[in-house]
Amino acid sequence: MAINWFKYSAPSTFYALAGKLAPWFAAIAAILFAAGLYIGLYVAPIDAVQGDAYRIIFIHVPTSILSMFIYLVVAGYAALGLIFNTRLSAMMASAMAPTGALFAFIALWTGAFWGRPTWGTYWVWDARLTSELILFFLYLGFIALHASIDDPRRADRASALLVIVGSVNVPLIYFSVYWWNTIHQGSTIKPTGISMETTMQEALLTMFLACWAYAIAMTLWRVRSIILERERTAQWVQDLPEAN
Amino acid sequence: MSFSEFIDMHGRAFYVWGSYGMALLVFIVEIALVVHKRKLTLKQIRMMRDAEGEQ
Repeated sequence: MAINWFKYSAPSTFYALAGKLAPWFAAIAAILFAAGLYIGLYVAPIDAVQGDAYRIIFIHVPTSILSMFIYLVVAGYAALGLIFNTRLSAMMASAMAPTGALFAFIALWTGAFWGRPTWGTYWVWDARLTSELILFFLYLGFIALHASIDDPRRADRASALLVIVGSVNVPLIYFSVYWWNTIHQGSTIKPTGISMETTMQEALLTMFLACWAYAIAMTLWRVRSIILERERTAQWVQDLPEAN
Repeated sequence: MSFSEFIDMHGRAFYVWGSYGMALLVFIVEIALVVHKRKLTLKQIRMMRDAEGEQ
C-alpha cells in the first residue's frame, strides 16, 4: 500500500497526525530519560581521571549534537518553504527552532559546569565554544526576526534566508576541534571504535535517543498551535471540537 | 553506593546537579510554554468567532 506523503503536507491533516504522534514521543522520551539518568548517574562507574564530573557528558553531548542537527533540519525546512512555497515547512521550522535554541543553551551551560572542575574554567573564547555560542545567537536571531514581521509569509521568507546563511556555522562547530588548536577534545565515538566503558556508552546512547524523542514531541506540540494560529479563519479549525 | 554518596558525587555535586538541574528547569519551562501557547491559541480562536457572531 502506498502512503500519500503529500496528504500530510496539508496543515489540516498534519495537525491531526501530530496530535496522535506527540504523546507517543513524549512517553518514549520520559522512559528513556528515566533509564538514561539511572544508568548515567547511578550504574556507570566513576571516571578514573575526571571523577564524577564526567557524568555531565550524558546531557552535554546529546544536547550539543542535537542543537547542531536541529539547526540543519530547521534550515532544511526553511529552504523547502522558500523553494516550494509550502506553508507547513515554514511552520515546522518555526516549531523546531525554540527547542534547538534551548538545547544549545543547555549544551553551553552544562559545558561550562563540566569545564570548571575539568579544565579549571567555566568559559574560554575557544573555537568550539564560541561557534556554539554563535549557534545559540543564530537561533535567537531566527526566532526574533520571525516574530518581528507581522505578515507571516514575509516573516517565513526573511527568517528562512537568515537561517540558511547561518547554517555555514554548523560545520565550523563540528570541525573546529580539528581545524584549530582548541581546549575542547575531539570525538570519543569514532568509526575506528569507541574508547568508553560499556555502561557509559549505554547511558550516552539512551540519553541521546531521549533528547531526540523529546525534541520531536515538543516540535509536534508546538506546530499544532502554529497551524491553528495561521489557519484560524479556515473552516476545519472552526469545526474542531477543542475550538468549541 | 549509599544515598549520601550519590548526592555528593565525590565532591562534584555542585557541577553535576547544577548541570542536570538547569536542564530539568529548561525542559519544565519549555513544556509549560508549549501548554500555555496551546491554551492561548484556542482561546483566541473562540474569541475571534464570538466577536464575529456579535456583528
